[in-house]
Amino acid sequence: MEPRPRSFYVLSVFFILFLIFLYGPTLTIAVLSFQGPGGGLTFPMRGVSLHWFRDLFEQQAVGDIWGSFSRSFILGLMVMVTTVVVSVMGGLAFRRRFAGSTALFYLIITSLVIPSILISLGVGLIWSQSGLPVHWSTSGFGAQLTWTLPFGLLIMFAVFNRFDPSYEEAARDLGASPWQVIRHVVLPIIAPSLIGVALFGFTLSYDEFARTLLTSGSYNTLPLEIFGMTTNVTTPVLFALGTLTTAFSLVIIGVFLLIVWVTNRRRAKLGSDAGQGMV
Amino acid sequence: MRKTSITGWLLASPLSLILLVFLAAPIAMIVVVSFWGATEWAIYPAFEFENYEFLLTSSVTSRVFLNTFKYAAITWACTLVIGFTVAYYLAFHIRTLTWQIVLFLLCTIPFLTSNIIRMISWIPFLGRNGLANSALISWGVIDEPVEWLLFSDFSVILAFVHLYTLFMVVPIFNTMMRIDKSLIEAAADAGASGWQTLWQVIVPLTKPGIMIGTIFVLALVMGDFITVRFMSGSQSANVGRMIQNDIALLQYPSASATAVILLVTVLLLIGTLLRFVDIRKEL
Repeated sequence: MEPRPRSFYVLSVFFILFLIFLYGPTLTIAVLSFQGPGGGLTFPMRGVSLHWFRDLFEQQAVGDIWGSFSRSFILGLMVMVTTVVVSVMGGLAFRRRFAGSTALFYLIITSLVIPSILISLGVGLIWSQSGLPVHWSTSGFGAQLTWTLPFGLLIMFAVFNRFDPSYEEAARDLGASPWQVIRHVVLPIIAPSLIGVALFGFTLSYDEFARTLLTSGSYNTLPLEIFGMTTNVTTPVLFALGTLTTAFSLVIIGVFLLIVWVTNRRRAKLGSDAGQGMV
Repeated sequence: MRKTSITGWLLASPLSLILLVFLAAPIAMIVVVSFWGATEWAIYPAFEFENYEFLLTSSVTSRVFLNTFKYAAITWACTLVIGFTVAYYLAFHIRTLTWQIVLFLLCTIPFLTSNIIRMISWIPFLGRNGLANSALISWGVIDEPVEWLLFSDFSVILAFVHLYTLFMVVPIFNTMMRIDKSLIEAAADAGASGWQTLWQVIVPLTKPGIMIGTIFVLALVMGDFITVRFMSGSQSANVGRMIQNDIALLQYPSASATAVILLVTVLLLIGTLLRFVDIRKEL
């Protein structure tokens, strides 16, 4: 191998600084969430304790965070499943031109770039003017889909751009029906990307704030609850909650990465060449 | 041809339905309501231009829009420089695919955690008694804590860069990975220096990725209200906050009119950028 140029070392330092910039603040609040009972929002640490984590389990200290957590979790799962199914169908649809496909494509881009508060405001107005009660599982659910679907679809477009249609032709030549082609050829090949879409669907929903603000009704999701806390909670309990929910996100991400890794290993072991050239 | 169109419609119908109900209809509703009138406690259907008239003649509007553009421009410049450098390092200086994936994931993971928590986490760093101030004092750079670190334009832009640089890294990295490595060898063989290769080969070939990153960052910053509210301690305003204030006062028609102007601005900007890049080809 060639020796590394000097720019490599300069850029490595830059990259490490970038990682510190990305992770440093989060690590800081993780440390501060173990403040002693008398500690505040900044250093120095006044002792080390689990005091603030214990506070999370007391209603009067933090409000209904466990209720909002379970709502966010269920909503995340709903959004995840819908995003995967609708994105795959959309991805398949866009492989061929159909009347209106260009318009639909621009609608997807609009959904991605539209300021989130407009979705919140618009959906909220429609619901209130038609006398429906806004609820996280109806209006909130739909509002979040306008954020997760464009990401799911962009991933599917990228996947199908690289998809070799000769696999499908081979299956059809062997007499497979259109459904069999999808079920036994297309889906297994794109499976790892679907796990990625699912991960995006869940985490984007779980952390979504602006589009849920006016559309979730009287029962808050977790990000809304946390934002409410920022205005009236001035103790490290805020950091404890932040640490816990970030840890939860990291566990979810870890689980998804593990699934991708296991699927890929199984594939390699079974010696199938399906999906080669997918990367 | 006809049959493929029908299959296409069927497959795209759930998507179209969701986008019609939760995207197109809300936009239409906002446009309609922007012509309505409002009392202190209710809104009523009407067709008047008062909301727009008020907005377009008020000096607050132009100031707030200017501020929004200022945030967008500075954030764009910072995320572009950082994002390009990081992507360049990952694509051209990391030699094995495994390490590229590992380091790329390291950059991506924070994007999948809560934005609000990531904003909160700047408090112990930037606050009056925060790490930054203590460090600067102990190094003797300053004598007393600097006040403008938290709750200022500085902290707003810092948070934007922190939250959104990834949206530059990913598309630029994606485009760079598709650059044929032999082009770079060819440039070196033809006697180009490292800088010349960077400026005359890599940067031009990376333009589509830069465009897509730009679209993301501009859209996110222009439409934001929560970062500005939180990181400026409610001391600065952008268009999103103006809308949110009106909503809090139940002045939906005026909020809608502002929203329409914001949407038109964002779509014009993005539409112009889209002329320079074919997103579907670049994915």
